[in-house]
Amino acid sequence: MLKIEHAYWLIALFLAGAAWLNLRDRRWSHAAFWLVLAGLIGGGGYVTRASANHGGLPAQLAGVGVIALAVLSPRMKRRHLVERDAAAREVDAKRLGHRLFGPALLIPLVTLLVALFGSYTVVGDWHLFDKTRTTLTGLALACVVALVAALRVTRARPADGLSEGRRLLDTLGWAALLPLTLAALGGVFAATGVGAAVSDLVRMLIPVQSALACVVAYGLGMVLFTMIMGNAFAAFPVLTAGVGLPLLVQAHGANPAILGSLGMLTGYCGTLFTPMAANFNIVPVALLELPNQNDVIRAQWKTGALLLVVNLALMYVLVFRF
Amino acid sequence: MMHWLPLVGVAVVVIGFALRLNPVPVVVAAGVASGLAAGKSVPEILALLGNSFVSERALLLFVLTLPAIGVLERAGLREHVSNWITTLRGLTLSRLLIAYLAARQILAMLGLIDVAGQAQTVRPLLAPMAEAAAAQQRGGPLDAEERNDVRAFSAATDNVGRFFGEDVFIALGAVLLIQGFYSQHGIELEPLHIALWALPTAIAAFVIHAIRTVLFAKRLERGRGTPATDTTQAAD
Repeated sequence: MLKIEHAYWLIALFLAGAAWLNLRDRRWSHAAFWLVLAGLIGGGGYVTRASANHGGLPAQLAGVGVIALAVLSPRMKRRHLVERDAAAREVDAKRLGHRLFGPALLIPLVTLLVALFGSYTVVGDWHLFDKTRTTLTGLALACVVALVAALRVTRARPADGLSEGRRLLDTLGWAALLPLTLAALGGVFAATGVGAAVSDLVRMLIPVQSALACVVAYGLGMVLFTMIMGNAFAAFPVLTAGVGLPLLVQAHGANPAILGSLGMLTGYCGTLFTPMAANFNIVPVALLELPNQNDVIRAQWKTGALLLVVNLALMYVLVFRF
Repeated sequence: MMHWLPLVGVAVVVIGFALRLNPVPVVVAAGVASGLAAGKSVPEILALLGNSFVSERALLLFVLTLPAIGVLERAGLREHVSNWITTLRGLTLSRLLIAYLAARQILAMLGLIDVAGQAQTVRPLLAPMAEAAAAQQRGGPLDAEERNDVRAFSAATDNVGRFFGEDVFIALGAVLLIQGFYSQHGIELEPLHIALWALPTAIAAFVIHAIRTVLFAKRLERGRGTPATDTTQAAD
């Protein structure tokens, strides 16, 4: 059976390979960074199982690893690594033509096939794909299939797969890590009672007898907290338990289904404004080699702002009517 | 008074942000600060950090796309995309981006979120296609600033399509989180009801971003007055 855990081992292998190439180039910080990360990703399953059995030491070691990554991050200077020269690429492009699209399109295509039909590849109790994370397992499989196809089409050596992958990985640098770190922060905040404190604060600040004030406070609270956490999923339980449920649903009779749906979508508007939503706003800056960290946010914040106004209006008009 | 203390973590994030420090140490420091403020011991905080970190490993899956994309780029994928687009008549920047937006929203509505993405589709395909389409419309190569604007707008289009399609799908993430939250608080809802109320916003997002795309493409086509003098394809 293909499990998501296998994909994590594959990532760890790739990261360790990138660390080794950096070691050869005497780029010590990069090498150490990818090596520690490889350990955390590859050993993650062991850490989780040990914690479930009340073994705290692996989790504490993982915590030390996270701190080591944080210390190494500022030393990861982003630099454009040497590529194959443009003339040689142009010659290959002319020769290979549309065949270059095949492997690139295999990534979404294989993922799609596994997402749609993966759950049917069952013999008795035996499942070909992890039942809980079929699409993501499919994505990992698709990447392997695409790499094999890319190597065949371009007649490149397997070692090129590692060195080209490492070129892109080093281009990303610490930005690759930020989404994970932020998600981890969400877990820490939940465990330390940050949510309860925030909701008390909101209730102190607004006139709770006005339905409009509550709608605006809920919507803007979602946006603000999403911007700080970089994630609307983290903001939703905090703001809905603190403001949405007691003040809007219980006190003003709002429809919970509509409120929940529009509340989450209002949080998504906040995702478009914040560098903390790293996988959407910072990772592409690195991937597309843009000069300014906020270039993607600058391109999308107006869509988010207009949509925020639309959402607040929809919320005020709809939640008290249905 | 004690229960306000963990907010120190939020303050660390905001201050680190404002000072433009490297975000990774800022975020880790925020976690440590909020743990200390909540009265946890150092080993407890380390274990909390470690456990939270490894349980979110799925967020790093996108790096698996890099070797395949790197190999194709080495063999001229970006060059081929741009040669090819210039031979297509009628494919304008705005048509390309709006078609991608619609496809992304519809796929996300069907729950197919990780099929496309910044690493999967924007870097290898959408961004080079958009650059080539823009250059063709301009009748000349883009300067570095225009090229960066087109790339950033392509990334933004992927984000908008993903976010405002995802919530309409019933069996995934957002809707189940909403239903689960209310169920914990004694309110039982049908996932379908939650998902349907995301439709008006999905439509509004499409209309707003499509209009902005058309305006962006028009502005780019008009150019910045004089033809681009800086035609070096910097970086590439």
